[in-house]
Amino acid sequence: MDNFLFSFFNLDVMVRYFPAIVDGFILTTYLGLAVVLTGLGLGLTLALIRSLRWRVVNVLIVIAVDVFRALPPLVIIILFYFALPSAGVTMTGFTATWLSLSLVLAAFSEEIFWAGILAVQKGQWEAARSTGLGLGQTLAYVVLPQAVRLTIPPLVNRAIAITKGTALGSVVAVQEILTQATTAQSFSGNPTPLTLGALAYLILFLPVVIFGRWLETRFAWRR
Amino acid sequence: MQLTDTTGSAATTADPGTPADTGRPILDVAALHKSYGALKVLRGIDLAVWPREMVFLIGPSGSGKSTLLRCLNRLEEPSSGSIVVDGIDIMAPGTDLNRVRQRIGMVFQSFNLYPHMTALGNVTLALRKVQGRRRADAEDLGRAVLGRVGLSDKADAYPHALSGGQQQRVAIARALALEPRVMLFDEPTSALDPELVGSVLQVMRNMRESGMTMVVVSHEFGFARAAADRVLFLDTGRVVEQGPPEQIFDAPQEARTRDFVRRITQH
Repeated sequence: MDNFLFSFFNLDVMVRYFPAIVDGFILTTYLGLAVVLTGLGLGLTLALIRSLRWRVVNVLIVIAVDVFRALPPLVIIILFYFALPSAGVTMTGFTATWLSLSLVLAAFSEEIFWAGILAVQKGQWEAARSTGLGLGQTLAYVVLPQAVRLTIPPLVNRAIAITKGTALGSVVAVQEILTQATTAQSFSGNPTPLTLGALAYLILFLPVVIFGRWLETRFAWRR
Repeated sequence: MQLTDTTGSAATTADPGTPADTGRPILDVAALHKSYGALKVLRGIDLAVWPREMVFLIGPSGSGKSTLLRCLNRLEEPSSGSIVVDGIDIMAPGTDLNRVRQRIGMVFQSFNLYPHMTALGNVTLALRKVQGRRRADAEDLGRAVLGRVGLSDKADAYPHALSGGQQQRVAIARALALEPRVMLFDEPTSALDPELVGSVLQVMRNMRESGMTMVVVSHEFGFARAAADRVLFLDTGRVVEQGPPEQIFDAPQEARTRDFVRRITQH
């Protein structure tokens, strides 16, 4: 028991590396927010373009979405960081991680938004169009508000799952929580920083999970 | 956007049931065809609807009556033919469809109210976003129209809290608020419990008395007999017979009409 406490809850180590973990926490928060905003924004944009039903564009969207849903995020990060420089495109580890996760989230959320748009009954479109609302207005005021409510639970789950992938940034030297924790572990020769890291992830994501749960109930309405 | 006036070309449609009303028809359909691939749903429909007229479209399922109604505001795209609404050729390229649709109110079998908006929100959405009225202005108008369908006290209710009959009346108010020149009803009472049908028919009766021009697809033959000016019997995409309700229901001239009327009056 003493051994366990010494290894994982070592107070000296905690105090010493707390600032490093806080730095990682701030960076992870920043990176995660960037991924969620970019990913969901791009996903929604793609779903909206898809709803215009331009055949060629839709085929391209489906191909891109399927590719980014099939590839493991870690593979994409490594490709962007290590392979693209030989094609003349250099990016920081932060950019590679942000871009990779954003594209993956965009791919998954496009599918979710699209499913939501399809789930809105055809009669809603017809009613709106019959009163003179245009395509864009019908989407904005009638279809999307309903589609988004339907898609909140899967969107929140997917956004959380992919944002946690910020830990993959440790592979390309992004100074996020896991990187800070493993570095601290190496320097101290004690795994306590990993405990701090786990706590940092909980502090970051638990409120998000609870917020998602609240959103689900807040936006549910009877039909 | 351009609104094409084709008053002259509308005169070609002969209509035996024309009442002695002055002016041009509100709705003038000529040689309307609609196919889905090889399936011909409408095979040359001619129909003129005059101001203040209430026209019923009846016929067996698959006869094309709902498709015809849905072509009149181009929710369905006709394959060929001409449709002139209040002097505007809605088939002409360059016609501002969103503008012309405000003149053609439509009521659906399944109500199609927006579930995330109150009754008043449903009624005022197009007033604000299409007609560009200010919120307060639109809401005054919306409340007045809800009053006309007997739902003044339901302005702030969401659709799920309303009965089917109330929902359909909100849907009617949503269309009426835009002050259409003609109202299209696509089986407005078919999804309603029997005891709720009366409230919707009463609203339609009031609209008729206030002079609204209406085209109705419905199986409410008793209502058609009492309220319609003219009944069209459609079968296999054609108008088989038309005339006043007494003729269609009591003394049909065509064999197919006779068969249909006998079947619907037997059950």
